[in-house]
Amino acid sequence: MVGLEHYLTVAAALFVIGIFGIFLNRKNIIIILMSIELMLLSVNINLVAFSSFLNDLVGQVFTLFVLTVAAAEAAIGLAILVSFFRTRGTIDVEDVNVMKG
Amino acid sequence: MGIADITFYAFAVTLLGAGFLVTIARNPVHSVLWLILTFLSAAGMFVLLGAEFLAMLLLIVYVGAVAVLFLFVVMMLDVDFAALKGEMARYFPIASIVGIVLLMQMALLFGSWQEAESARDLRQAPTPDMAEMHNTKALGMIIYDQYFLLFQMAGLILLVAMIGAIVLTLRHRKDVKRQNVIAQMHRDPAKALELKDVKPGQGLG
Repeated sequence: MVGLEHYLTVAAALFVIGIFGIFLNRKNIIIILMSIELMLLSVNINLVAFSSFLNDLVGQVFTLFVLTVAAAEAAIGLAILVSFFRTRGTIDVEDVNVMKG
Repeated sequence: MGIADITFYAFAVTLLGAGFLVTIARNPVHSVLWLILTFLSAAGMFVLLGAEFLAMLLLIVYVGAVAVLFLFVVMMLDVDFAALKGEMARYFPIASIVGIVLLMQMALLFGSWQEAESARDLRQAPTPDMAEMHNTKALGMIIYDQYFLLFQMAGLILLVAMIGAIVLTLRHRKDVKRQNVIAQMHRDPAKALELKDVKPGQGLG
């Protein structure tokens, strides 16, 4: 019988894959954004699993808001990426030093 | 093992496999396609968990909008991805170490985790019985009631994101001639046009 632990395990593994992707693709910011999406998805799986097994609907409401913020974040991130590519001609993260930070 | 369990394991294996391939795929377009598969299997898991509305939302918002946005950017930008991928082997050891350490930490947490006695008494909104109210209706009942302010704030966040994305990517190219509609409509024919009566054989001279 599949219980709460199975879903939590899958979500934890997906979260680790997301972090692994960020470290593996240090230069390619598009893949980094996709890895962040994977991590947010794993959090969503956690929330929905708890919501389902505790019979509490609030978890699903929070998933809805996480989804909204993730969509907004993806849109803004890609917009910044496009304007950065226009000015620098590359998407290498290590070249992001215009502001000398 | 029932049919629901087999479905869960199928979705879980697809989810993790596709998620892993997102990170290691050589071609970013393939990465986006694996990302779509990940979202599809997550939507399947949500259906198994009884969250049908969120499953459909995941399909519409992520597969329909976010993944297509990623695909659009990957294909529109003329990026030399081979050069970016070249150093992947260098980062592989550190990425593996970080991943394994994190996984072990989560496993440690997992071993000592237990549900509190009072967890079920602390529920904010107990899920109504499926027979009397389906998932979408139950969700709507509390979003438009208890969480109305948060719902409106989420809409505001999306509006700000939309305006921000447009402002960030909009550019006016100076080297392109454009039609100036206002100036065109306010042109006075009396000033722009002059009628001359040209006599035969004399010209305008």
